[in-house]
This record gives sequence, C-alpha cells and structure tokens, in this order.
Amino acid sequence: MTTATMTSSTPITAHWRDFLALTKPRVMTLVVFIGLCGLLAAPGHIHPVLAFTAILCIALGAGAAASLNQWYEADIDAKMKRTANRPLPAGRMDRVSALHFGVGLSFFSVILMGMATNWLAAAILAVSILFYVFVYTIWLKPRTAQNIVIGGAAGAFPPVIGWAAVTGDVAALPVALFMLVFFWTPPHFWALALFAKPDYAAAGIPMLPVVSGEVATRRQIWLYTAIMAVAAMAPVLLSLTGLIYGTVALLGTTLFAFFAFQVYCRRETDPTRMAPERRLFKYSILYLFLLFGAVVADRWILA
Amino acid sequence: MTPEDEQIIRARQKSRSLITGLILGFLAILFFAITLAKIGASHSI
Repeated sequence: MTTATMTSSTPITAHWRDFLALTKPRVMTLVVFIGLCGLLAAPGHIHPVLAFTAILCIALGAGAAASLNQWYEADIDAKMKRTANRPLPAGRMDRVSALHFGVGLSFFSVILMGMATNWLAAAILAVSILFYVFVYTIWLKPRTAQNIVIGGAAGAFPPVIGWAAVTGDVAALPVALFMLVFFWTPPHFWALALFAKPDYAAAGIPMLPVVSGEVATRRQIWLYTAIMAVAAMAPVLLSLTGLIYGTVALLGTTLFAFFAFQVYCRRETDPTRMAPERRLFKYSILYLFLLFGAVVADRWILA
Repeated sequence: MTPEDEQIIRARQKSRSLITGLILGFLAILFFAITLAKIGASHSI
C-alpha cells in the first residue's frame, strides 16, 4: 500500500491506509448497499442522522469482521496470490494491531448501533460479526467444503439489520431478503472458486472445487441457482414486493440462470480460460445490486 | 534503526495522528447530531 519500505529489523508502524485495507472496503460496498436497502424498504420513519448512523455501524461491523478474518487467516493469505499483498501477509502490519483494531471496531459498531437506533439491530449486528468470525472463519472455512453455504448467512444479515434499525422488529420481507442473499452466496463464491482453485489448493482451504472437483462444483452452482431463483421470486409470490421488483427479479434471475447454465455445461479446467465463470461471478454482484435496488424502488415509487 | 527508517515511521505516525484527529472530530459532530435527533424524537411523542 505504501511506497516507502523499511529494513526488516524496523518495528512495524502500519500506515493508516493499511488499517483501511484491513476492512476490505470493496466487499463493504455491497454489504452497505444491501443494508441501506433493508433500511429504506422498511415501513415507518427514522431520522436521517440515525439512518446514517445505522448504515455507518453496518459498515464498521463489516470492517471489523473483515479485520478479524484477516488477523486469523494471515498465514493462509500469504500462500494465495490473490491475498498475498494484504497488510498482514505483506508484513506492513503486526497481527496484534489487526486484532485490537478488529475487536475495538466490533464493540464500537455494536454499542453505537444500540445507542443510536435500538438494541435488536445491535444484537443482530453482533451476531453477524460473531458468526462471520467464529462460525465461518475459524470453524467452517478450514474444515468443510460447505463452508460458504452456512457461512453465507453472515453476509445475509445486513438487510435484516437495516430493517430492524427502523422498525425495531423483524418481518417477512427482511427474512425473504436474508434467504435471497443466503442462497445467492454459493453460486457467487463457487464461480470465484472455480477460477481461483489453484490458490485455494495451495493454501489448503477445502473449497468445493478442491475437495469434490470442478464437475461437482458446476453442478452445485446450477442447483443453488435454482434454489436462489425460488428465493428471488418469493417476495413477489408472497406479495411482499410489487411490480418493479417482480420484473427486475424475473429478468435478472433469468440472465443469472443463463450464465449459471453455461458454467454448468462447461468442462474447462484451465483458470486462464474461464471467461464464463468470471462473467457469472461479476454478474452475480450486479444482480444483487439490481434486486435490492428494485426492492427500494417498489417501496418509494409504487407506494 | 537508520535515519531513513525513523523518518518513515515519523511520517506514518503523523498521518495516523491526523486521521485519528479527523475521525474524533467527525464522531464528536455525529454524537451531537444523534443527541439532537433523539431529543427531537422524544419531544414529538
């Protein structure tokens, strides 16, 4: 991150940009967006300052979880090309600083959320951080190929937190949005895992393509896309959303299924020739942005 | 530690102090705004 280098005997004084990098700002963008959509889709009124604070807390909570993830996985990150330049494996920061930063940010985000909005939102935020760190990072990720299936729940909490910040409770729509992100996570991550397989294999992480092979992964992507499609259409079928979401979900999911089917039919094993897999991964991010944007559009335009 | 190393560390400490100050200033304003919002909400009930 920084251009200046120091001799190896120098005690590490991390640059502030390295602390920022620890929070994975790019991943945070999607988390913040779906949290914001949960907040904007909720009925009732919240003061703009409190709404801003709630979103800030979701962002800080996500940053805290990402920091603790990198603290725990520094050794693994050092073995993967994709992650070797992160602050810890690159030697720009010591592990204790990352741990203190992550724990401090976790407490701060949860307490601020509780004080500014309500303690239900704060409790769900705390659960999502703990789930990501303990259940996903420490327990599941190094042990089972189903790591991201169950661990995906951690990333599905933000719309529920945003909703709870406004209403103080949890209703059917945020649960449906939770399910959508939950079932979206496997095809999203496994598309990445297909072309990042050598990295995961080198680091000894039991991602599905490493453990069960690429054919099985492609089949699982297709299977979970079908379940995700049901979850995507559920808000419309249950009359929780309106015409805008229904149209966007139908078209968006059809295109998702098309890309996923292409991936399912292929038998390519060379990561450098996996354009359809990369396309599915990139589109899956846009897909989530579109569907959550449509939920808000429904509430603000049609209502 | 060479003089160059010390210079790098000082520069990093300075930039970290500056950012910390800015964040604290932002939080002071945010907490004041939250207080006003909360007072406003309790008055409107």
